[in-house]
Amino acid sequence: MKIGILALQGDFEAHWKALRELDVDAILVRHAWQLGELDGLIIPGGESTTMLKLMMSEGLFEALREFGQRKPIFGTCAGAILLARRVTNPEQESLGLMDIEIERNAYGRQIDSRVAPVRLLPPLSDEREGGQIEGVFIRAPIIRRVGPTVRVLATYAGDPVLVEDSLHLAATFHPELSRDRLIHRQFIQKVGGLSG
Amino acid sequence: MRFEERFYDDSFRVKVGLAEMLKGGVIMDVTNAEQARIAERAGAVAVMALERVPADIRKEGGVARMAPIRKIREIMEAVSIPVMAKVRIGHFVEAQILEQLKVDYIDESEVLTPADEEHHIDKWAFKVPFVCGARNLGEALRRIAEGAAMIRTKGEAGSGNVVEAVRHLRTINREIRRLTTLGKEELVAEAKNLGAPLELVQWVAEHGRLPVPNFSAGGIATPADAALVMQLGAEAVFVGSGIFKSEDPEARARAIVKAVTYYNDPEKLLEACEELGVGMPGIDVSKLAESELLQTRGW
Repeated sequence: MKIGILALQGDFEAHWKALRELDVDAILVRHAWQLGELDGLIIPGGESTTMLKLMMSEGLFEALREFGQRKPIFGTCAGAILLARRVTNPEQESLGLMDIEIERNAYGRQIDSRVAPVRLLPPLSDEREGGQIEGVFIRAPIIRRVGPTVRVLATYAGDPVLVEDSLHLAATFHPELSRDRLIHRQFIQKVGGLSG
Repeated sequence: MRFEERFYDDSFRVKVGLAEMLKGGVIMDVTNAEQARIAERAGAVAVMALERVPADIRKEGGVARMAPIRKIREIMEAVSIPVMAKVRIGHFVEAQILEQLKVDYIDESEVLTPADEEHHIDKWAFKVPFVCGARNLGEALRRIAEGAAMIRTKGEAGSGNVVEAVRHLRTINREIRRLTTLGKEELVAEAKNLGAPLELVQWVAEHGRLPVPNFSAGGIATPADAALVMQLGAEAVFVGSGIFKSEDPEARARAIVKAVTYYNDPEKLLEACEELGVGMPGIDVSKLAESELLQTRGW
């Protein structure tokens, strides 16, 4: 199994370390031609506006959109914003691969960033004692709407924070900055199940 | 509280967390909302709100202070990316005011006129994260001991000359490598030499890196300068006067963003340089009098 991590900007190294802990072969992706050999891709946390600019100017935007129609993508924070069908605060373009609506910086500014327990829903709720894992929220977005093709896997303060559809997985927090690898394992299973 | 406990405390993890998100990016100095919008459009990961860029502070002299609040607020309202602002070294009340304003990061900066020649701010007392400049490992570790969640090289701000940033980055990296080769019993004497807390020195010796992200600043004026400090191990880049003191701010900002992402890729670096004209006029730092240097402020 080969997983790529989009390395235009952001905490791609933290994802790389997380995958290495799980013995997964990961490559850092900065060019469209690298997508060809991948079974799945992670879009890391960082600044979504910066990543979007670079995707557009370096010919990655269309390539990623095409990749995401066939192969699984896991987006954390900025990655989740880029996967969403609609982005607000302010409105901006995105890959539009998941039927969710997401509001940027929805908790406020950095001073409102936090580490907080995230409530796991079935089928993940039995994976951890108390049905909770740690969520690191950094200038995090909030998912304001999920479409009928999307399943909510975890919530915080009543809002969905981890969602999936048949291909993709999106978290508004940063599992790569916690020690627990439950969410990365979840993505690897998704990639494994699809690449058979 | 011991440093290790503070370091794994949620409040500090969240501060370092934002620095993690800025990695591989460019933080640009701006003096108004219009410049902030240009920076965001060009792909900046954050902007630094200032009253005057370092090159003008250098030229005009006088006391350089925290930017007017009205100006910082205008910049915060203009962009969706994080906004940083500078306070004078040791001026904890400017920092209290910026925290109240909810800026995303505070730079306790040698570019402004120091308010205290002996003491830096106790940064543990704040919820907002701080970045501080350093010329060597001892200075970096003292700032981290005070609670800085990000370190940047000081370089020589407003000079348009990358030589000092290179010197500081190489020095910090060399001193880190040296620590990893020392025996446990040698670290105590080394902590004394560095003027840094022993437990931080031990941490660096064990891990071979700083415990917080290490960015570069001070004199970076071209895409090539930015890629140079990245290849030397910087994790992100601050560009001060280099952008808005050049003839082609927007194109230059875009080119520097591209150069930081593709810092190891000469083909992309050539592309990044292709459309640019001449950069800001620079200064030979070795010709500056000791009293004109900004990097010697703080300790």
